[in-house]
Amino acid sequence: MLDGSREADREENSEALPLSLRRKPWRGRVVALTPVETGGVPWSELERRLLEMGFVEGARLEILHEGPVRRDPIAVRVDDCTIAIRRRDAAAIVCQEDRV
Amino acid sequence: MPSAALVPGIALVGCPNCGKTALFNMLTGSRQKVANYAGVTVERKEGGLLTPEGRHVRVLDLPGTYSLRGRSPDERVTRDVVLGLMDGETLPEALICVADSTNLRLVLRLVLELKALGRPLILALNMIDIAERQGCRIDVDRLSTELDLPVVATVAVRRDGIDGLLNAIDALPWRSLSSTAAHWREPTSQEIRAAHRQAERILEACAFRPGDQGLTNRLDRVLLHPVFGVAILLAVLFLMFQAVFAWANPLMDAIKAVFDLLNQEVRILLPDGMLRSLLTDGIIAGVGSVLQFLPQIVILFLFIILLEDFGYMARAAFLMDRLMGGAGLHGRAFIPLLSSFACAIPGIMAARVIENRRDRLTTILVAPLMTCSARIPVYTLVISAFVPERAVGAGIGLQGLVMFALYATGILSALSVAWVMKRLIWRQAAEPFLMELPAYKAPMLSNVLLSLWQRAEMFLRRAGTIILAMMVLIWFLSSFPGAPAGATDPAIDYSIAGMVGHWLEPALRTVGFNWQIAVALIPGMAAREVAVGALGTVYALSATGDEVGQALQPILAAQWTLPTALALLAWYVFSPQCASTLAVIRRETNSWIWPTVTFAYMLALAYLAAFLAFHIAQWALA
Repeated sequence: MLDGSREADREENSEALPLSLRRKPWRGRVVALTPVETGGVPWSELERRLLEMGFVEGARLEILHEGPVRRDPIAVRVDDCTIAIRRRDAAAIVCQEDRV
Repeated sequence: MPSAALVPGIALVGCPNCGKTALFNMLTGSRQKVANYAGVTVERKEGGLLTPEGRHVRVLDLPGTYSLRGRSPDERVTRDVVLGLMDGETLPEALICVADSTNLRLVLRLVLELKALGRPLILALNMIDIAERQGCRIDVDRLSTELDLPVVATVAVRRDGIDGLLNAIDALPWRSLSSTAAHWREPTSQEIRAAHRQAERILEACAFRPGDQGLTNRLDRVLLHPVFGVAILLAVLFLMFQAVFAWANPLMDAIKAVFDLLNQEVRILLPDGMLRSLLTDGIIAGVGSVLQFLPQIVILFLFIILLEDFGYMARAAFLMDRLMGGAGLHGRAFIPLLSSFACAIPGIMAARVIENRRDRLTTILVAPLMTCSARIPVYTLVISAFVPERAVGAGIGLQGLVMFALYATGILSALSVAWVMKRLIWRQAAEPFLMELPAYKAPMLSNVLLSLWQRAEMFLRRAGTIILAMMVLIWFLSSFPGAPAGATDPAIDYSIAGMVGHWLEPALRTVGFNWQIAVALIPGMAAREVAVGALGTVYALSATGDEVGQALQPILAAQWTLPTALALLAWYVFSPQCASTLAVIRRETNSWIWPTVTFAYMLALAYLAAFLAFHIAQWALA
C-alpha cells in the first residue's frame, strides 16, 4: 500500500510532457514524437527534421539555456550536440524526467 | 594540367560546422574558383589537387547538410550534385564525407545515407586534434570495419594533417569507377529512426566517447545569458557598426582622393568634350563612388567571418530570434539589417548567412529600407534648411528628433514590409527553428583571409561590370543631348534626364515636388547623395562638393514650401533610387525579378509617403 503510493508519486514527477513546457535546469529523455499544430511545415516534414537533428526516442536531453524573450528559444543538449529550438516546435517532443 | 572534362572530381559533403571549408582550403590551397550555381543563390566552390601518386583531381565543396532530403536550396544543391541531377555539373567520381570528430552521431546517419548510394566514399574524421584534446575517443579501424569504408583522421589546420586523406584518395578504385547516377529516395521517419539505431550501435562498437564541451558550456553560460548575453551581443554589434562607420572613413577618403586626383589628371590631359565627360563624370566618378564602399565591405565581412568561424553567429541568431521572429524575419537577419545602416550593399551581401531562401530574400528586399549613410547628406540638407534649431526638451534638439524619426520610420517600415511579405506574399508556414549551436573554435587566419579576399573580389568584379554599366547609362541620360549654344538654363535641363524629369513633374507635383526635384532624382540613381549635387546643378550653382549643401540651403529655404521639404524627406526614407543596390540584388538573387520588385515596392511606398507627408502638412498648416 505504502509502496504503491510512493510509486504513484514517482510516476507524477516523471510524467511525460512536451519539451516546450520544461524549464531550465532539466534533464530527461525523449519518449515519443507527437504531431502538433505548429502552423508550420507539415508533420511528416517536422518529424523528420527533428529526427535528423537527433530528437529520436531515447535520446538524452538537457535544457542548457533559455532565450531572452519569454524564455524562447531553448538550447537543448541532445546526446552529444547542442540544438537551438523554438518552444513552438519543441511541443512535438514528449519527454520524461530521468528517475533519480 | 589536363582539361577539366577529363579530370575526375571529388565532392566534399558534411554537416554544417564540421570544418569542411577549412579542409577544402587545405586540399586545394588558394587555387579556387568561386561562382554561383545557375538560378540559385548558392555558392559553388571548386579547386584542384595533386595526389602523392600524381593524380589531378577536381574538388567540389558542397553546402553543409544533415541529410540528402534537401530542405533548403543549399541542401538541394548538395543532393542534386551527389545524385548527378545538377544541370551543368558532372557526377563526381567519388565522395568524401567530412565529419566533426567531436560530434559523430548526426553525421553517421548522413554517412549511412551516402553509403547506400553505392558511390565510392571516404569518411574524413576532421578536427581529430581538437577531439583528442577534449578527451574524445574513437576506434578508427573498427569504425572503418563497421562502415566498410575507408576512414581517415584529418586535421584541416595542419599541412601534414591531410596526408592520410590524400593517400586514401589515391587508393580509391579509380579504374573501375562508373559514372551512372545513383538511386535515392527520401527516407521515411521510420528509416531515419532505424539509421539512428544503427549509428548508435556502431558508436558503441567503436567505443566512442564524446568530447568534453566544458569550455563551450562555460562560455555559453555568459554569452547566452538573458541579460549579459544580450548586452554582449549589443556591444559586439556596436563595435561592428562603429568599425564600419568610423574605421572605414580614412580608407574611404583615401579612395575618394585617388579617384578625385585621377579625375583631375584626366581633365588636364584631355580636351573638353564628350570623351572627357564620359571618363570623368561617368566612369571615374561613378565607379569611384561605388569603390568607396570597399573598405566598409571588407571590415564588415571581417567581423562576420570571424563571428561565424568562432561559432558566435548561431548564438546571435538564438538571442535575436524572438525579436526578429515577430516581424517574420530569421534571427540571422539581424546582422545584415544592421549593416545596412552603413550601406545596403554589404548588408545584402551579408544576407548570405541566412540559409533559408525565402528568409534570405525577405532580408535582401527590406535591407534598403534601413537608413543608409548615403541618405544622410540629403536629410542634413533638407533638415538644416527647414527645421529650426530649437530644443524640445533637455538636450534634445528638434533637428535631431526629426533625424531620429526618419531612422525610426525606416526601421519600422522594414519590419512591416517583412511581416507583410511573410504573411501575404509567401503565405508560407513558419519554418521550424532548429539550429545546431556548434562548439566554439578559434578562427584560423589563413581561412579568414581567403574568405575575405573572395568577398572583396566578388564585389570588385561586380563594380567592374554591372555597376560600371549602370553608371555609364546614368551619365548618358544626364548628358545627352547637350545644351544648345547660348542656352541659359543648366545643361542637365536639356538632357534626357531633364526631359524625363519634366515629363515626370505632373505626377510628382501631387506629392509637392517641383521640376527641379524631379530632374535631380534621375542622376540620384547613381547614388542617393548625388541628388544633392544634382540639385546644385539644377539650381545652376558652380559650387562643388560640401559647398553645394551650404550654398543650396538658403535657396531651398526660399524656393520650397515646408510641405515640399517634408515630402522629400518622406520620399527619401523609401527612395528606391540607388543603382548599385539594385545591381547587387540582381547579383545576389541571380534574377531581375527581385531588383524589379524592390524598385517597384519602394517607389510605391516613397510616393505614398511623400503624398501623405505633403498633404497632411498642407492641411495642418492651412
